Amino acid sequence: MQAVSTIEGRAIPLGLKNIDTDVIIPAHWLKTVSREGLGKGAFETIRATPGNPFDLEDFANAPILIAGDNFGCGSSREHAAWAMLDMGLTAVIAPSFSDIFAGNAFKNGILAVELPQEQVDRLLEVAKDHPIAIDLENQVVTTPFQDRFEFQVDPFRKRCLLEGLDEIGLTLGSESAVTKHEQMREGTLPWLDKPSRRDAA
Amino acid sequence: MASKPRTLYEKIWDSHVVERLDDGTCLIYIDRHLVHEVTSPQAFEALRLAGRKVRRPDLTLAVPDHNLPTTPRVAADGSRLPIEDEQSAAQLAALERNAPEFGIDYIDAIALAQGIVHVVGPEQGFSLPGATIVCGDSHTAAHGGVGALAFGIGTSEVEHVLATQTLQLRQSKSMEVRVEGSLGPGVTPKDLILHIIGEIGTAGGTGHVIEYRGRVFEEMSVEGRLTVCNMSIEGGARAGLIAPDDKVFAYLKGRPYAPKGEDWDRAVAWWRSLATDEGAVFDKSVVIDAANVEPTVSWGTSPEDVVPVGGRVPDPESFADTSKREAARKSLDYMGLVPGTLIEDIPVENIFIGSCTNSRIEDLRSAAEVLAGRTIAPGVRWAIVVPGSGLVKKQAEEEGIDRIFTEAGFEWREPGCSACLAMNPDKVPPGERCASTSNRNFVGRQGPGSRTHLVSPAMAAAAAVTGRLADVRKLAPCQADGG
Repeated sequence: MQAVSTIEGRAIPLGLKNIDTDVIIPAHWLKTVSREGLGKGAFETIRATPGNPFDLEDFANAPILIAGDNFGCGSSREHAAWAMLDMGLTAVIAPSFSDIFAGNAFKNGILAVELPQEQVDRLLEVAKDHPIAIDLENQVVTTPFQDRFEFQVDPFRKRCLLEGLDEIGLTLGSESAVTKHEQMREGTLPWLDKPSRRDAA
Repeated sequence: MASKPRTLYEKIWDSHVVERLDDGTCLIYIDRHLVHEVTSPQAFEALRLAGRKVRRPDLTLAVPDHNLPTTPRVAADGSRLPIEDEQSAAQLAALERNAPEFGIDYIDAIALAQGIVHVVGPEQGFSLPGATIVCGDSHTAAHGGVGALAFGIGTSEVEHVLATQTLQLRQSKSMEVRVEGSLGPGVTPKDLILHIIGEIGTAGGTGHVIEYRGRVFEEMSVEGRLTVCNMSIEGGARAGLIAPDDKVFAYLKGRPYAPKGEDWDRAVAWWRSLATDEGAVFDKSVVIDAANVEPTVSWGTSPEDVVPVGGRVPDPESFADTSKREAARKSLDYMGLVPGTLIEDIPVENIFIGSCTNSRIEDLRSAAEVLAGRTIAPGVRWAIVVPGSGLVKKQAEEEGIDRIFTEAGFEWREPGCSACLAMNPDKVPPGERCASTSNRNFVGRQGPGSRTHLVSPAMAAAAAVTGRLADVRKLAPCQADGG
């Protein structure tokens, strides 16, 4: 994972609630075996409407998206995070996120910043004409107008993001604990450890 | 020290903690990993690039489902028919190649055991009570119906589980959805879960694991429980589960991957100990009166947009919340519906019976009961029924259910995800409506411009024979199929 610290720039003021992963990337784009090139399909249905915020010149290459409640609900497709990265988005600000999307965003170094609705509303207003900044180290979103909105972030995720840590590498560092757990369950819950294969089929 | 009363979820969680970090993150052991073709190729590729192996291929099972066309897969001479869509074919081929390369059991597209991953898991006895089960698919929540802690993961997590057989997780909050009373005649588990989502909203369970409690669930069949838990994700909860009981044990006994002999007895004893303790505290509790649940239909583009079949399309202005009003206006515009329209006056041109929510034998029986002796209405252009697995299909054929469907005018298809998600040739045309037993009515979900009304299998059958959304209770003698 690439290290992330500060993200600064224009923010697309989308604002809509319940943006589901079918909206972020429709299913017909999922027939790929790669993580690349999904930006073309990102927010396809919204972008089909003339004058949508994604295609305004002001927001070309904007690194931040501002959305409404329950962003990323629906499917577990990580293609949603890949599509957003591919179109240059590295942070989303919303009042709430679906659990699976928040995890997928984190794994791809996309900051999912949760702020109360009134602060999101303020940012939607500011973002129309001005850049905003997200400082992960200090956990704060700022605007050119002295707005200063603090946000919470899971300490483990923050460390991974700031240091660009490979989570699988980290877990493999705990291999002896995993092996110990497997040995324990082999004794206490043996049927979980050794599924009887097709012998009864 | 007397131990604190714990919930079912807490007991499963505690027994799977490998390591607890200072900040509350836990390394959780994963007992079963189901893999399908859409969310796995990038994970296998990353393993290959990093020179990593699959830690426990024996706890992993792969089956193709999302991309597979549901038309015949084998020609008259027994040869395999090609898949026309090149991208789908490539994705399916990748799974077929990756599984043996990494030593994983693979159920072939033309095997009898093939089916939708969430139908296959319990059916094969791969999904067990008290187990942690993951899959790169949000409807993994379904396996909570057998009392497993089961949830969907993204592709990076698929890779993490393949490499380490664990996940880095924080414990979710616990939420009780307690349903009091019994379901009325003609009201099915699907109606109940749609009603629950309407009550709690699509973000109602975010950050929580739901336990469904109450007599309704004890009375409900395992198939019905799988339907309910399946749609926990539509209520925002990553997982939903129901305490395992004798019905679950009877369902699993003798299935290919289920424990055998002495292991079986030890397993059942442990499974019985998992039920939520008296006095255990949930972080959140919602109580639903089963008497208020009617055959339920979705009218909008979010699964929380539901109404009893006897109701009307709501007026967006009736919602207190501004953003909800705006969302409802957009939904109705997309759905081509006028506020105040009677639900029973909405015509449908397409019927889809299938998906990981409603494609098990009980679902097919329930639809067939309504269809027996009837035919689809003239306005219905396309009606398909897609069994959840080859085994469900075979059982239905043995029971003669396939003939009821075909005589009514339905197409009897091969197992797969089909028209649930528009990744294969089964799609609903732009601007047309579909009474669908699937789980999501999102914009474009069943194909660009498609208009989905989520219903139960019995209600889909009622819509098929009337050509509109219809109250199944007015059609057939009511059957006691609450479970």
